[in-house]
Amino acid sequence: MTLLTEPASTGLAATERAMPLVARFERGLAAPICLTWELTYACNLSCVHCLSASGRRDPRELSTEQCESIIDELQAMQVFYVNVGGGEPTVRPDFWHLLEYAVNHQVGVKFSTNGVRIDAARARYLASTDYVDVQVSLDGATAAVNDQVRGEGSYAMALRALDNLTTAGFRDAKISVVVTRHNVDQLDEFKRIADDHGATLRLTRLRPSGRGADVWDELHPTHDQQRDLYEWLVRAGEKVLTGDSFFHLAGFGEKLPGLNLCGAGRVVCLIDPVGDVYACPFTIHETFRAGNIVTDGGFAQVWRTSELFGRLREPQGGGACSACQHYDVCRGGCMAAKFFTGLPLDGPDPECVQGYGQAALADPQRTVPALSLDHSHRREPAGRREPVLLQLGTRPDAATPAAPAAPAAPPVSACAENPLAGFTPAR
Amino acid sequence: MSTDTLEDQTLDAAWELSRSVALRPESFGALAYHFGNRRLIFLKRRELVEVVRGLGDAPDARTALRRAGVPAEQWASFAAALRGLADADVIRPRQPAAEQPAGEQGEPG
Ligand code: SF4
Ligand code: SF4
Repeated sequence: MTLLTEPASTGLAATERAMPLVARFERGLAAPICLTWELTYACNLSCVHCLSASGRRDPRELSTEQCESIIDELQAMQVFYVNVGGGEPTVRPDFWHLLEYAVNHQVGVKFSTNGVRIDAARARYLASTDYVDVQVSLDGATAAVNDQVRGEGSYAMALRALDNLTTAGFRDAKISVVVTRHNVDQLDEFKRIADDHGATLRLTRLRPSGRGADVWDELHPTHDQQRDLYEWLVRAGEKVLTGDSFFHLAGFGEKLPGLNLCGAGRVVCLIDPVGDVYACPFTIHETFRAGNIVTDGGFAQVWRTSELFGRLREPQGGGACSACQHYDVCRGGCMAAKFFTGLPLDGPDPECVQGYGQAALADPQRTVPALSLDHSHRREPAGRREPVLLQLGTRPDAATPAAPAAPAAPPVSACAENPLAGFTPAR
Repeated sequence: MSTDTLEDQTLDAAWELSRSVALRPESFGALAYHFGNRRLIFLKRRELVEVVRGLGDAPDARTALRRAGVPAEQWASFAAALRGLADADVIRPRQPAAEQPAGEQGEPG
């Protein structure tokens, strides 16, 4: 670990009044503003890039009562909002109960799903509740592209869920797309699917976390595609959410809306299905485990006193990046992307716009860390580890019709998720 | 409309914390969360937080500012901040007299 750069200094002195908000965030907040909670490692699908290497339920999975007491604690800490995921959270038999429990305790929920349980009746229920937001995962705008990554039938499942939500009158669902080499040419189609369902498109970066490590080399967008993606995002402006995923691309031009900060352990964190707390949803690895809610005295205790989080909240050196002209906006990119490709944490991102990542990846000394947790289905469905063979025709004139309006106030979006769209800085 | 008028209107009005909003103390001030539109807003000064918390008990914003000990020369910038908070529905104009029923469910935590 190369995170430790200076001795610990917690508590803000009065002289630090004028500190900009981003610097405040770097020091960490009283509670996360972007908390992801994965309720189960069980999943009906076996997506090749699953960030949590999900599939089988963990026998140590937290009980209903343990989940309720976490919600009680989140309420007391005033964590107003959680991103619930998995695995596939809706396969937990107590999922709908926990959803209601959270909402009744002033903890709003956005949950991510592959759509498997969103039938017409559930869609009507969801449309009738406040404070619940639904995010459906879709990794191809066509069944061919999507199912290659997420498995046979998963496109139809997601679209059926979206159709049910639309029919039920659910407003502004999110469609979450992990951008890959094979779907990056479909961004306009994704936007159209979202518009047709009154939904908002949310694009996230493919990171080499979980099973993503196995397929990252062949699935992550090429350098040219990254540039096209960046330009598409600039044109889309705030109509498309990114959860601050792409701040490592800011060096292509001006910075994208968002915090442009790695929020891991500072404003972001993950609670996993067995109560382990990690720095961010993309860092499920022993190295980034801050503690356990059950054995270490609860979530607040872990958030406030974890030694790992203490180190992450200290000023980080830029290392090899500090001389770069883009360092202010890029900050060396994503810690998880570096860690799981075996790159130094204080050096360039593997997808560095300057191309330094490619050079670092070519280093013969590089070793990729092994997964410390793997819940993948033991008997993989056919095709799971097969190389991605599909080749899409490129569309040279992928013009975006919508003219993005200038935002009145920039949204601050913590990296991995985006609870903050529409943020207004008040004086 | 001149800035002065707007500023006076803001300072003379009675306000309260919106019922859909909760404030979470942070070292720099507070984080406001709006349960209705799911927005997070950062109040970057402790004095502003104190003013906002005091609005509901004060006949007008001027009184809340005075009670929070904000020097008069800063009232203009605080008025602008309050307008920003009103636009974001963090604070709302308070209904005079015939108050709403007390048993509301919106106020969290
Ligand atoms: S930049 Fe990477 S490591 Fe940091 S919070 Fe985002 S996903 Fe996690
Ligand atoms: S050298 Fe570092 S700071 Fe510069 S663009 Fe690459 S990753 Fe970002």
